[in-house]
Amino acid sequence: MNDLNAWVAIVVITLAATTGDVLLAYSMKRVGHVADLWRSHGLLAVLRRILSIPTFFLGVLAMAVAFYSLLFGLSWGNLSLVVPASASLTFVSNAVAARIFLHERVGRRRWIAALLVAAGVALMAI
Amino acid sequence: MTFRKYLVLAGITVFSTLGDSLLARGMKQIGGASLHHVSALLFAILNPWVGLGIFLLLAFFACYMSALSWADLTYVLPATSLSYVFVALTGRIVLHENISPTRWLGIILITAGVGFVAAGPSFTPAREMKTRPMGASADTFAPEGKP
Repeated sequence: MNDLNAWVAIVVITLAATTGDVLLAYSMKRVGHVADLWRSHGLLAVLRRILSIPTFFLGVLAMAVAFYSLLFGLSWGNLSLVVPASASLTFVSNAVAARIFLHERVGRRRWIAALLVAAGVALMAI
Repeated sequence: MTFRKYLVLAGITVFSTLGDSLLARGMKQIGGASLHHVSALLFAILNPWVGLGIFLLLAFFACYMSALSWADLTYVLPATSLSYVFVALTGRIVLHENISPTRWLGIILITAGVGFVAAGPSFTPAREMKTRPMGASADTFAPEGKP
């Protein structure tokens, strides 16, 4: 039963973290190259531009949901399952979501990298 | 530009690792903060380790947002996953923890994954692709993500 709770937490954390990452990546692509913008218009302009994008706040909100689900998940399930499983799955789900929603070209190189890192993170916990 | 690109990616890796470690150290010093005492959590920021940890995590977030402005999500995430390796190596060097063979294998896999993605292009402007003829090669796009 405890394991089921842990996996519910893992799924929620993974979904929330992926949603947050995709929304933040989408927002920052709309902001444009931060370093260039900083040099030409100053730091305040960069911050104003970022804060004018609604999806940025949705992304931060999703990240907060992921963080608090992690806290709750840790009180339900054991640390050595919840943390590596959600971290590992997030690398794979992000590759899928980035391809679908951000139209990133996830080629063979990116897939291999995501799977290697996901496998490595999972192994680190054993 | 390439050097600055790797500097930002290194910033993500180092700041997140250090920030998490300092936060963990500070919270252990404060000890068993329960969620019933929200005020205790508010005062946690007065602990120097917690304060510094939060400051470093803010630096991490700034670097992360900067990287996402010029690189793909599927590039940034694997490229910065060396933080897992740093945590393990810090534990080995500073705390003299033992690293099991499976963890060494994990370190090798992560490092290989980082090398794989970092050697490739960091930005693949797919939206422009749709307006171009299908035959155009994606790998010929500016690897620095300059518009």
